[in-house]
Amino acid sequence: MTGIATSLGQVAGTLALIAVAIAVSFWRKADLEEDIAVAVVRSFVQLTIVGYVIKAIFDSDSLWLVVLLLAFMVVFGAWTARGRAKAVPHAFVPLLIALATAAAVTLGMVLVLNVFEPKPRFMVPVGGMVIGNAMTSASVALNRLADEIHDKANLIEATLALGATARQATVRLVARGLRSGLIPLIDQTKTTGVVFFPGTMVGALLGGATPLNAVRLQLILLWTLLGAAALSSLIATTLAQSRFFTPSHQLVEPPPP
Amino acid sequence: MSYTRGGNRVLRDLSMQIAPGATALLGPSGSGKSTILRLLNRLADPDEGVVRMHGDDVRAVDVLALRRRAMLVPQLPAPLPGTVAENVRYGPSLIDREVEVAPLLERAGLDGGYAERDAAQLSVGEQQRVMLARALALEPEVLLLDEPTSALDETARDEIERTLLDLRERVSIVLVSHDRAQAERLTTRTVRIEAGAVAP
Repeated sequence: MTGIATSLGQVAGTLALIAVAIAVSFWRKADLEEDIAVAVVRSFVQLTIVGYVIKAIFDSDSLWLVVLLLAFMVVFGAWTARGRAKAVPHAFVPLLIALATAAAVTLGMVLVLNVFEPKPRFMVPVGGMVIGNAMTSASVALNRLADEIHDKANLIEATLALGATARQATVRLVARGLRSGLIPLIDQTKTTGVVFFPGTMVGALLGGATPLNAVRLQLILLWTLLGAAALSSLIATTLAQSRFFTPSHQLVEPPPP
Repeated sequence: MSYTRGGNRVLRDLSMQIAPGATALLGPSGSGKSTILRLLNRLADPDEGVVRMHGDDVRAVDVLALRRRAMLVPQLPAPLPGTVAENVRYGPSLIDREVEVAPLLERAGLDGGYAERDAAQLSVGEQQRVMLARALALEPEVLLLDEPTSALDETARDEIERTLLDLRERVSIVLVSHDRAQAERLTTRTVRIEAGAVAP
């Protein structure tokens, strides 16, 4: 794979497309002009900072710095996901454990299987993708779980009344949460290469990789992401489920009378 | 005992005894009748005070076993996904017990032919009978009935009442109702609840 050089002028050139997006929003009164502008500025600032941080880590070639960066991503990811899963009581700790475990297990496996070298150049981008996808899946799964528990509070109480534990009364709802967290990634994995070209493959091709190498790299990442998403959704829903109940198997928020 | 929910005092210094047999808790909507049932099987706990069953604080016994002894039948039927038989077997399956479905359905006023029907596809009256059969499958000491006929038409209500009259010979009943005539038809004692307390 050879390097790819992009000038700031070329980056600025793509702002023409942002102008198109703003024009479309203005023309169709979608009222998104400000959001688009904020998104552009934030993406520029955040990615530039990340670029310098990653450059420093690459230059240092220190795995400890990689671990530190990934730990920061896990904490920030869990915090962000907690904000999305507002209806789940005290969701931060389940999400933190879910993301940390998903990242540790999947990255550990790709290292043990010798898929990537234990170098910052591989661990930082792959770790970032794993944690980002794990975060999205876990927060979607938790949101769905919270909605299901809220909507089906009467059925849950009727089941508890039959002597079921909180876990038994919500087993179907946890499964639905898990499905919601995983289906987007499963669909993406199913349609990859047919409906869309995934980012990693595009990046590798642009970077000069042969098509077959780009495909193999993409497969490794897709399957790693699927594993990470499954782990994070499973752990987050399993740990968060108990937060809707008291230790006496009572709903914390019972259905309205 | 007292119980507050969402800042509202639902029960205030309520004190009452419920003897074996058939008892009605009678009162207007919002008076706290259904809450009393929820405290009896610990779907909720009082903020102050104690609920005792045969003299024992209910918080001192296993909550799952308590719920099997004091079985709540909800106001609106809440069938689990699956057949009628699966609904009836669910409670006993949690404690590795098997039951004969047909006799339980018959005790609840349904014939055995209902066993393989999808519970969600039944009428509300039929579903309420499934709820009764499902409760009876655990052989409770007491049935806690929360307005069990409120969603039914007159014919279905009369059928459920006949079933309950038959059942009360074998199991204690605590019936929540706002209908004095129904309370008189189905129970032998009435406790009037008003504004979260026993009415004088």
